Amino acid sequence: MTDIIIRTEGLKKNFGDLEVLKGIDVSIRRGEVVSIIGPSGGGKSTFLRCLNLLEQPTAGKVFFKEQDITDKKMDTCKFRQQIGMVFQNFNVFPNMTVLENITLTPILEKKVPKAQAEEEAMALLKRVGLEDKANEYPRKLSGGQKQRLAIVRALAMQPDVMLFDEPTSALDPEMVKEVLNVITELTKSGMTILIVTHEMGFAREVSDRVLFICDGIIKEEGRPEQIFTCPRDPSTIKFLSMVL
Amino acid sequence: MDKILKILIKYYPVFLEGLWGTLWVSAVVVALGSVLGLLIATFRMSKVKPLSWLADAYIEVLRGTPVLLQLYVFYFAMPDNVPEAVSIIVALVVNASAYISEIIRAGIGAVDKGQWEAAKSLGLSNKNIMSRVILPQATKNILPALCNEFITTIKGTSLASVFFVGELMTSFKTIQSATFLPLPALIIVGMIYFTLNFVLSRLLRVLERRLAVSD
Repeated sequence: MTDIIIRTEGLKKNFGDLEVLKGIDVSIRRGEVVSIIGPSGGGKSTFLRCLNLLEQPTAGKVFFKEQDITDKKMDTCKFRQQIGMVFQNFNVFPNMTVLENITLTPILEKKVPKAQAEEEAMALLKRVGLEDKANEYPRKLSGGQKQRLAIVRALAMQPDVMLFDEPTSALDPEMVKEVLNVITELTKSGMTILIVTHEMGFAREVSDRVLFICDGIIKEEGRPEQIFTCPRDPSTIKFLSMVL
Repeated sequence: MDKILKILIKYYPVFLEGLWGTLWVSAVVVALGSVLGLLIATFRMSKVKPLSWLADAYIEVLRGTPVLLQLYVFYFAMPDNVPEAVSIIVALVVNASAYISEIIRAGIGAVDKGQWEAAKSLGLSNKNIMSRVILPQATKNILPALCNEFITTIKGTSLASVFFVGELMTSFKTIQSATFLPLPALIIVGMIYFTLNFVLSRLLRVLERRLAVSD
């Protein structure tokens, strides 16, 4: 069981009367790359956001490294430091330089010495081709550059898991590729990755497993070849026939 | 025009004293009002419901009753050994804090929800999220409104003249009773108020433009 890093049991989430998640049971192995696909409003993002407690589950349990994170006694900050998240709208901090965006949390929460944090940040920026932007403010960056910054900002905390919530949905078409390339590279590094995406070609290429979430439950899951070539569930078939 | 000049020349020390009074009362009220306002805003946004309700009631009562009434209440409610000026300033501070707390709350509320989420997802503590991510961005929303509040406060201090707290309107009253000529002194005081606020609002415009540059 030790290679399971995230496990949910009967995970439910309501917003008022609206049942968004109706019971999700899933186990994610260390190093696994899992794509989550499905129609809008089906609960994909909410599921992802429950995994780092941006949403408090209404019922059910979420285990991270065998620890129940819905337990009130959990140190939520310490736990979140182990899970990076990348958002659709980048959410880089506009009041800080690119470099400060990255070094902020390592310096404040992990007490990494400033010089070391900056050195590590520069290495990360180099990896995504932004080293010449280190002292710029985010307003000078394109959408694709902001998203690459958001990715390395999360990576600077050396998380065990990375969550991507539609990382390319707010990008201009010509910038999608540069962001997907960074994520693809990351999938090869052995990082555990969950990614909600509408990029079906990308999901098929990089995933070890695909979850199809619709109406608040996992309707179907399997290897990408199986899901994309011979889906079994009628709702998966319908969805894929519309997007492919 | 003639009369105005004569009065200005004869009584300019009284006007200067009044101007000084208005300035320091305004400065004290805005400074203390901001501190108290931040505290009230914190209560108002607190997850502890009774605190939030209490702050809400405080704000509603102060916004729903006239300032002059509030001044009278503080004037009569304070113990006799408290100087009048102090009661009046306390009343103005309390009044300003209600408005300022709402300005601060709105400024914090206007920061994009995604900023909170990103900061949380990184594992920043609440204290650091507030001080490093949210407040620096909220300040930008808050400053212009706070300057407006400063202008409102400057004008509001004129009510203190009802209790002869030695600001500009008190200067007017002093001169009026000495000369039996209300209009010239009133015009002079009016021009001083106007100049003060005009300069402030121009400065505010420059500040707003500066802040907009970083968008």
